[in-house]
Amino acid sequence: MTEILSPLLPLLVGIPLLMGAVGAALRKNKRARHIISLGTLTALLAFSVLLVIATHDGTVLAHKVGFWDFAPQIAIPFVVDALNSLVLMIICILGITSVMFAMATHEARARFYHPFVLILMAGVAGALMTGDIFNLFVFIEVMLLPSYGLLAMMGAKLGAHGARIYVSVNLLASTLLLFGIGLVYATAGTVNLAELHGAAAEDRAVAVGGGVVLAAISIKAAVVPVHGWLTRTYPMTSPAVTALFSGIHTKVSIYAIYRIYSILFDGEERFLWIALLVTSLTMLIGVLGAIGEKTTRSILVFHMISQIGYILIGVGLFTGLGLTAGIFYLLHHMIVKASLFLSTGAIEETYGTGEIDKLGGMAKREPLIAITFMVAALSLAGLPPFSGFVAKFSIIQATLEQAHYWVAAVAVIVSVFTLLSMLKIWVGVFMGKPPADLEDRALSYQERMHGKRYLRVQAQAENPTLTIGPPTATMSAVLAGERAVKVPVKLIVPGAILAGITVFFGFGAELLMMLSETAAENLLNPQEYVDAVEGT
Amino acid sequence: MSIAIAVGLLTAAAVYLFMQRGMIRIVLGFILASHAANLLLFAAGNTAFRGVPYIGTSDYGEGADPLPQAFVLTAIVIAFSITMFMVTLAITTTGDDDTENDEDSPAKVLSAPDKDDAAGSKVDTAATGAVGAATGGADASPMSPVHDYAGVDDDAAVPPNQRGGGAQ
Repeated sequence: MTEILSPLLPLLVGIPLLMGAVGAALRKNKRARHIISLGTLTALLAFSVLLVIATHDGTVLAHKVGFWDFAPQIAIPFVVDALNSLVLMIICILGITSVMFAMATHEARARFYHPFVLILMAGVAGALMTGDIFNLFVFIEVMLLPSYGLLAMMGAKLGAHGARIYVSVNLLASTLLLFGIGLVYATAGTVNLAELHGAAAEDRAVAVGGGVVLAAISIKAAVVPVHGWLTRTYPMTSPAVTALFSGIHTKVSIYAIYRIYSILFDGEERFLWIALLVTSLTMLIGVLGAIGEKTTRSILVFHMISQIGYILIGVGLFTGLGLTAGIFYLLHHMIVKASLFLSTGAIEETYGTGEIDKLGGMAKREPLIAITFMVAALSLAGLPPFSGFVAKFSIIQATLEQAHYWVAAVAVIVSVFTLLSMLKIWVGVFMGKPPADLEDRALSYQERMHGKRYLRVQAQAENPTLTIGPPTATMSAVLAGERAVKVPVKLIVPGAILAGITVFFGFGAELLMMLSETAAENLLNPQEYVDAVEGT
Repeated sequence: MSIAIAVGLLTAAAVYLFMQRGMIRIVLGFILASHAANLLLFAAGNTAFRGVPYIGTSDYGEGADPLPQAFVLTAIVIAFSITMFMVTLAITTTGDDDTENDEDSPAKVLSAPDKDDAAGSKVDTAATGAVGAATGGADASPMSPVHDYAGVDDDAAVPPNQRGGGAQ
C-alpha cells in the first residue's frame, strides 16, 4: 500500500488548493461552493484515514515532490508517519464540523469563506507533511494567509483591532522563524530535516539556530510568556472561526515542536528542563487568567493556553510514555476544545451574547446543548469516563515516572482550577433563571444578523396574505409569541458530533493510545524517518 | 562584517517600530525586519562566492549557493503580499490605524457593563471621520459579541473590507 499512497501525498495539498480556487471562481453559486467544500474536506478525511491505517504499524511514507530523484538535496520531501497522519485526520474532522456550523449560521455564504477554509487546509496538510524546515515556513504562511482573511472578515463588526494584532504577532513570529532557518542553514548547510538528524545535539551553533526556530514556533503555539495575542484575538471573530483556529493553528505549531525536537535535537536531554519549566508556567498562567474573564469564549481561550502546557509536557519528558501521553492529549484536546467552542458558540449565535451574566437557565431551555457542553467540559477537566481522563492520567503518570514531582503537582492543581472554571460557565449559563431580557436580546440580535430574512418573516406574520418569499415557520412562531427562541438543531449537531468522539475515545482509549504509542515510537527513533526520506 | 552590521541595525529599527501601536509603523517595522532576515539568509550562503550558479557556467568553487537565493525570493513574495494585506487592514473598519482602542479594547468590549456606556465611548473616534460608514453606523455597537452577516447574504453586498481579504 505504501508504494501506491506515497506518490499521492502532494494531492493532499494540491486538491484543496485547486478546489479553493474553483470555489472562489464561482461567483453566485452558493450551493456549489458548499458542496465543493464539504466534498473536498470529506475526501481529505478519507485519505487521512487511509494514511493512518497505512502508518499504524510504524511505517513511514516519504515522497519527493515532482519525483526529483536526481537531486535529492534540493527535492521537497513529504513525509507521513503515525503522528502527522493522526493530526491530519483530526483536523479534517474539525474542518468538516466547523464548516457545518458556519453553514448553519450563514456565514459560509460569504463568497470567500469556503475557499479560505480549503486553502487553509492545503497549508495545514503541507505544514504537517513537509520534511524540511524552509518549506515548513512556506506552508505556515500558506496556512496563515487565509486565516488573516477569515479572522478579519468574520470579526469586522468588532473593529479590525483583533485582526491587526493577530497579523502583527504572526508576522513577527514568521520573521523570527526565517531568521532561525537562516541560522540553521548557515551552520548546518541544509534545511532538510532528515539530513539535520541530530545536528543540534552535536553542534552548539546549530542548537542556537534550532532554538530560534523553536522560539518562533512557540510564539505561534501561544506558549507562556508569548501567549498574550491568543486571548486578545480569538474572541474577536465568529465562534465558527474560533473553533476552526483553535484546532489548527496552535496545534500545527505544537506538532512542529514535537517533530523538530525529535529530529533536529534528537531528543537531547540537556535542554529538557527549559521545556518543563515553560510548560508548567503555561499550565498555571493560562488557568489563572481564565478566572477574571466574563464571557464563555474568553474563558475557553485562556484554558486553551493552559492545555497547551499539558500537551508540551510530552516534549519536556521525551520518554516513550511521556510522548505517547502528550500525543494522546493533543488529539483529545483538539476535539474537546472545538466541541466547547461550538456548543457555547451555538448559544452565542442564537441569544446574541456570550456573557455569562446575561445568560442563564439554558439547561432547561436547551437540554441538548447542556449535555454536549457538560460532556466536553468534564472531558476537558479530566474526569472519567471521557478521553480527558485517560489523557491527564497518562501525562501525570509519565511525569511521576521521571520523578518530576513538581510538574505532576502543577498538573493536578491546574485540573482542579479547570473544573472550577467549567463549573463557572455551567452555573452562569446553564443553571439559574434566564434573565428577563433574554428573548428580546435574542430577537434583536437575529434581526441584526439576518436583517432581510427577518423583516420578510415579520411582514408575513403581520399580513398572512402577503407573499414575499418562502415563510420560515420557526421565525413566525417566535414572532407570534407561540414558542420561545431556541437554538436550531443544525447549530447543535457539529458540537455534539465532537462530544460523541470524546466519549468514544474515552471508552475506546485503547485504540487511540495504541496509535499514539506508534507515533511516539517514531519520534523516539527518528532513524526510520531519515531512512524513508533518503531511501526514496 | 558589513552584512552583520546591516542585519543588526535593521533588526534594531524593526523592533523599535514593532513596539509602536500604530499599524503603519508596524508595517514599516515588518518591512525592515524582512530585509534583515533576507540579508541573513544571503549571508548564510556565503557572499564570497559570486559565480553564476548554473551547472556548467562556473566552477563549483566559485559558484554562488542557489538555495539561499531561492529562499530569499520566496520570502520576498510572501512578505510583499502580507505587507499589502496589513496596509489594507490599517485603513479598514475603524477611523484610526491603532492596534488597540482604549474604549473598544477586547477585554472591555466583551465585559462592557451596559449598552449605553459602550455607545457613548464612540464619540471621540467618530471625530476622525469615516467611522460610521465603515462600521455600519450605530448598529455596530461593540456589544454585539461577534459579527454581522447581513452583508454576507448577498455576494454583491460584501463590504469592501471583506474583499480586501480576497485580494490575497
